[in-house]
Amino acid sequence: MSSSRSPLHLAVALDGAGWHPAAWREPVSRPGELLTAAYWADLVTEAEHGLLDFVTIEDALGLQSSSPTEPDGRTDQVRGRLDAVLIAARIAPLTRHIGIVPTVVATHTEPFHISKAIATLDYVSTGRAGVRVQVTARQNEAAHFGRRTLPPFRIEDYRTPAGQELVTDLFEEAADYVEVVRRLWDSWEDDAEIRDIATGRFIDRDKLHYIDFESGRFSVKGPSITPRPPQGQPIVSALAHATVPYRLVARAADLGYVTPHDAEQARAIVEEIRTEQTAAGRGDETVHVFGDLVVFLDDDPAAAEARRERLDALAGHPYTGDARIFTGTPAELADLLLELSEAGLSGFRLRPAVVGHDLPAITRGLVPELQRRGAFRRAYEADTLRGLLGLTHPANRYATTA
Amino acid sequence: MSKPLKQIHLAAHFPGVNNTTVWSDPEAGSHIEFSSFAHFARTAERARFDFLFLAEGLRLREQGGHIYDLDVVGRPDTFTVLAALAAVTEHLGLTGTINSTFNEPYEVARQFASLDHLSGGRAAWNVVTSWDAFTGENFRRGGFLPQEERYSRAKEFLATANELFDSWRGDEVVADRAGGTFLNDAKAGAFVHHGQHFDIEGQFNVPRSPQGRPVIFQAGDSEEGREFAASGADAIFSRYSTLKEGQAFYTDVKARLARYGRRSDQLLILPAATFVLGDTDAEAEEHAREVRRLQVSGATAIKHLEFVWNRDLSAYDPDGPLPDIDPDLGEHTVARGRAQVRMYRDPLATAREWRERAAANKWSIRDLVIETGSRQAFVGSPATVAATINDFVQADASDGFILVPHITPGGLDTFADKVVPLLQERGVHRTEYEGTTLRDHLGLAHPDARTPADRVAS
Repeated sequence: MSSSRSPLHLAVALDGAGWHPAAWREPVSRPGELLTAAYWADLVTEAEHGLLDFVTIEDALGLQSSSPTEPDGRTDQVRGRLDAVLIAARIAPLTRHIGIVPTVVATHTEPFHISKAIATLDYVSTGRAGVRVQVTARQNEAAHFGRRTLPPFRIEDYRTPAGQELVTDLFEEAADYVEVVRRLWDSWEDDAEIRDIATGRFIDRDKLHYIDFESGRFSVKGPSITPRPPQGQPIVSALAHATVPYRLVARAADLGYVTPHDAEQARAIVEEIRTEQTAAGRGDETVHVFGDLVVFLDDDPAAAEARRERLDALAGHPYTGDARIFTGTPAELADLLLELSEAGLSGFRLRPAVVGHDLPAITRGLVPELQRRGAFRRAYEADTLRGLLGLTHPANRYATTA
Repeated sequence: MSKPLKQIHLAAHFPGVNNTTVWSDPEAGSHIEFSSFAHFARTAERARFDFLFLAEGLRLREQGGHIYDLDVVGRPDTFTVLAALAAVTEHLGLTGTINSTFNEPYEVARQFASLDHLSGGRAAWNVVTSWDAFTGENFRRGGFLPQEERYSRAKEFLATANELFDSWRGDEVVADRAGGTFLNDAKAGAFVHHGQHFDIEGQFNVPRSPQGRPVIFQAGDSEEGREFAASGADAIFSRYSTLKEGQAFYTDVKARLARYGRRSDQLLILPAATFVLGDTDAEAEEHAREVRRLQVSGATAIKHLEFVWNRDLSAYDPDGPLPDIDPDLGEHTVARGRAQVRMYRDPLATAREWRERAAANKWSIRDLVIETGSRQAFVGSPATVAATINDFVQADASDGFILVPHITPGGLDTFADKVVPLLQERGVHRTEYEGTTLRDHLGLAHPDARTPADRVAS
């Protein structure tokens, strides 16, 4: 079957040995190597062999936990991780085409530092950087910084007025954070470095700009110390499960990850994001909405099911999460992805249940299947992440010369 | 019996934001593109250097309310470049300056621990401090500190980071698939720090890295800076490039170690040093003069004078005499974000001295700045430079040098090709790396091998 549909975009979300909490116990896993560069290099190289658009790298400012809001003290799951931006930088020179999107936590870090770090990731990857912005309401993570205290927050509190106020506040702060990061990327015009020997000037300082960001939360003067990165604006992305984070995606991001469990839900989420996008005056900009799915992939559907059951038994309970869990064959997954894309999703971020098994199943099973259906690229068609995602080099908001 | 020859430690500072860097040379490449950093790092590794060093700046410098435009402006993020360089080198140490004023210990500790993991034990941290509200305007917390608190915060920052590094012993990750035990200790990474500057607790989330802790460098030669370095640093950057000054500094700092229960070989003294090479000494001298003219244009000379005068001197002719007006002693507003401003602690005396020297020698403003500015430490043929460096180290004026070429990124190439082999022939520089970690290169013990008395007092 061939089709005139626009090809899907595919990303893979990398986290430890995989998204299932017992993934590290699989024979194919390398649990003793999760903190080595070689491990990450192998994963990203595999993803690049599969022509994927990008990888994301998970991160957090505290130990992993099975509880969404507090530490769990467990010792039977992977605990400990490396800084995602540094993993991204470490693997960037080893790859040539794939986008690299580390997670950063907006709640406790400095937008000035992150802006130059992601700009620099864009330099070291020659135009393949992105960032996933995340917030945290965890009290234990706030205690690691000691600069602010957050009220107790459990999942049950989410719908309460106090819970909504906290969530809204954290996401509005994240929006400020993204605004600062983006302004800093634009704070140098692309041609600011002139090396004018006649006048002795290295830069044309009229092409550098103070960003003078002020909000009730923080202020940042600028300009960046790092010149505008190769992509102008690296890709900003965020995971979103509800209206408040959908608004962040619509207003501030290039790409949002959402977690629909069927096509109808996908359609409703996309519609909500598009409405917010229009309200924010970005109706004519491309904002990708990717569906997130946890995947167990095997050529035999029963094998995938059995693997999931075996891992659930090892973990002591069935694995659940925010995203739909797909169990089956690459062909069945291709069917599902094409169905969801009809609902308005432009791509997918697949979360391998077991990285060592499901990542190669994506690159060597799913990708050829999608290619056969004319729904995925057969070669990298661009050298930058923006290029892969069909985004043009953005104009600089501060540019004084057209 | 003669003393055994000391091994010379060599490092390379990537040339960047200062007027040492000659950007106008046709050989000068990008100071931002990764290919420049990769070239520089590979050269340093080919020459079996101990480490590469990156400086940091967190706000663009200003002069008279405008962004300073005469030197290289802009640089990439330190951590990100170092992590990427770990991919294109195997042995070279990766040292970055990270400010303790505009960061938080938990974040910096996890970045350095991550870099140490990702480089297989090659990370080093040059701890610097700032009290500068000007730079603080780029950060949420503002970052302004009264000057008397800068070392107090820095000390506590470093002590806290060490507590975090030490919160994992190194044997907690067992990853026992069959038994289902990933960690053998649910409290791995637990820490509590309640101090004057930091009030934090929880669990550090990066397991112990290959070096245990990054190697710690400290710059700064004030009384407080020397004491801070003696108490807890593994190496100190200095800027004494004459033999006598170097020896005095070396003796002073090494003597301070005993009071912290440390041996004199537990702190290396590594001055930054520029160099100019030529086929002959005469040719190198000639080239050095040209380089100084390129480093100090007329416009640069006027701006440099403004650091001291704290006034707009743009109406003065760089080829004419020095201003006969005195410096403005009010708050320094003309030049901001520049280390040089702090070098001149008595502007009136400096101005008087410079006027006298210029008059006596018939120097113009530009001549004066060239003559009084930082000189190339080593000028000569490869044989001369190798001999001078060796003499300096063997005379205990330093343990080695951090070389600062004036060209990006190829400024180290000739040194690597021509001077290093001569040092190797003398048996004072390695021909192969003896170990894999930066601690190995520097001859520093792994922190877990230290006695408790060696630990930094918090």
